[in-house]
Amino acid sequence: MCSSIGIGKKGWSFHHDAPAFVHLMRLNAFSSSLLPLWPALLFLGVFFLAPLLMVVGMSLASRGTYGGVEWALTLSNYLRLADPLYLGIYLRSLVMAGITTLVCAILGFPLAYTIARAPQRWQTILIIMILIPFWTNFLVRTYAWIFILRADGLLNTLLQGIGLIAEPLPLLYTDGAVFVGLVYGYLPFMVLPLIIAIERIPSALEEAARDLYASTWVIFRRVIIPLAKPGIIAGCVLVFIPAVGAFITPYLLGGGRRLMLGTLIQQEMLVARDWPFGAALSVLLMVLVLLTLILTRRYARWDGL
Amino acid sequence: MNGILLGRYTVVLMIVMGSWGCNPGSDHSDRAPNSAADTPRVLYYFTWSDYADPDILHEFEQRTGVRVVVDTYSSNEELLAKVQSGMTGYDVAVPSDFMAGIMARLGLLSELDPQRIPNMALISDHLRGLPFDPEFRYAVPYLWGTVGIGYDSAVIPTPPQSWNILWDPRYRGRISILNDQREVLGMALRSLGYSLNSVNPAEIEAAKAKLIAQKPLVKVYTSEQFDQLLVSGEVVLAHAWGGPVARAMRERPSIRYVVPQEGGTIWTDCLVVLASSRRRTLAMEFINYLLDVDVAVRTSNRLLFASANRLVKDRVDPSVRENPAVYPPPSLIPRMEWMIDVDGAVQLYDRAWTEIKVH
Repeated sequence: MCSSIGIGKKGWSFHHDAPAFVHLMRLNAFSSSLLPLWPALLFLGVFFLAPLLMVVGMSLASRGTYGGVEWALTLSNYLRLADPLYLGIYLRSLVMAGITTLVCAILGFPLAYTIARAPQRWQTILIIMILIPFWTNFLVRTYAWIFILRADGLLNTLLQGIGLIAEPLPLLYTDGAVFVGLVYGYLPFMVLPLIIAIERIPSALEEAARDLYASTWVIFRRVIIPLAKPGIIAGCVLVFIPAVGAFITPYLLGGGRRLMLGTLIQQEMLVARDWPFGAALSVLLMVLVLLTLILTRRYARWDGL
Repeated sequence: MNGILLGRYTVVLMIVMGSWGCNPGSDHSDRAPNSAADTPRVLYYFTWSDYADPDILHEFEQRTGVRVVVDTYSSNEELLAKVQSGMTGYDVAVPSDFMAGIMARLGLLSELDPQRIPNMALISDHLRGLPFDPEFRYAVPYLWGTVGIGYDSAVIPTPPQSWNILWDPRYRGRISILNDQREVLGMALRSLGYSLNSVNPAEIEAAKAKLIAQKPLVKVYTSEQFDQLLVSGEVVLAHAWGGPVARAMRERPSIRYVVPQEGGTIWTDCLVVLASSRRRTLAMEFINYLLDVDVAVRTSNRLLFASANRLVKDRVDPSVRENPAVYPPPSLIPRMEWMIDVDGAVQLYDRAWTEIKVH
């Protein structure tokens, strides 16, 4: 998945660099020896391609007795994917990821704009502040949300303290908690490409628009958003992809009441010990991600980016 | 849970550990200690996260000069997945009853030598002759317990007599249920008067319908956090394993534990030597040590789980002995049922569980 994000990044957010990048690759491939590429190719082959092929292979096998894998070729796992029971789970994952992406974009844009237009010194400090949470493991940060959201947690204590509520609100183990966790976790992936995109828009363009009597809203809508589009698309892709397959957040903050694709895969692999069906679900997830990338790409091209 | 999430790192760890297992140094490990004094003997112990008591392991290290390296898991399935993945380097593991049976049938366990584990003779009668391994050929019981209801007696003064209290609308939003297909469907099956090992589709269907009706009352399905939720008062009824409830009682004395009249799961976690172990003699020495009366008494007092050694119950602290969450009253045992692997019906259970979750 990581590498597809990488391709995505190069394809859209740095679209203007892409031809130069591809050109450089060709030059490298033809004019000098392929030798320096081997370590990277070997690494990708062993740690990315081989496991991927194993997953695809396993998805065509069947569940053996006691939960082993029997290498009898079958398409039954893929037929089972179409079971209406599971369709709701895919739809729910896609909708949750979609809303997360939208909320991240709405929250992230003003933030990114402020940072991109801040004085150099402030900009560095603000970007570091966005990156600091990454110094801690995501799991630990998700646990922190449990302590914030639970009945005797920080938020409820605070709200009760200022007399806004009498009884603690049920915040944890709800869809709302999952959304908070997802938006919190993926917001930086939206903000960072946006900063780069907005930074590239010369502030002279905004001044010119203002001189032509454009209001702030019109400048924002007609100048900044269209020019920041590569960043918006890159940010949306970077948020949407991990959100569709999210596991930790729905597992810990959702209270196990509903399934999402990530938790369903874990259930099939570990609990039902049905590795082939789990593998088929993983392939489905990859296809969904790939479709998202293709659609985004088509949309971006069609839009003349 | 952490284990599931950290799985990726564990794989790397296991590759490293596997290569240690292959290096010539560890080949000496089965020799007598004086013949290989230069290479310290190491034993890899793969156990439940709440079973790894450092003091008890440290004592074994001091006694034998062996270094015990501990790694933990939080579900039987996680244990199976890791051991099945091949060269793990682990020597001793602690699967639950039904999982020990599965692992034995998959050829993942090494046969035990009763001569080397004399404490096997002290295993309680009710843990003998169990269907998954009646003769202790591969697995010997270590700690055991029950599944029941942890509740707050400040809110519910009379002990619940039936599982049906988990369907009582008065406690809407204050109930936690284990996040475990077999345990949850099993509990519903028992509450309907069926076996918790039922493979009858109609019975499983009935249990499913009953659980779907219960869902609006359930705050959370969790196998890890129910003890903390009981302590914080967020839930007042928890479908629970006894041990964590016993630990929650220390922090909130109004918490109680009861197994309803319909009965429920009885389980025992078993000590096994993995087939891939290169230090089987040492592994069995370690197993015998863990089952030793004095060691087992301290284990039971500290971890708040019942020991399989029949001499232990009379020697533990009275507060532990009389706590039904640790040592269930003997009268309860006939009402309890062992969970066996329902291999053919796994998909029935999985489907029912998924339907409950999407509802």
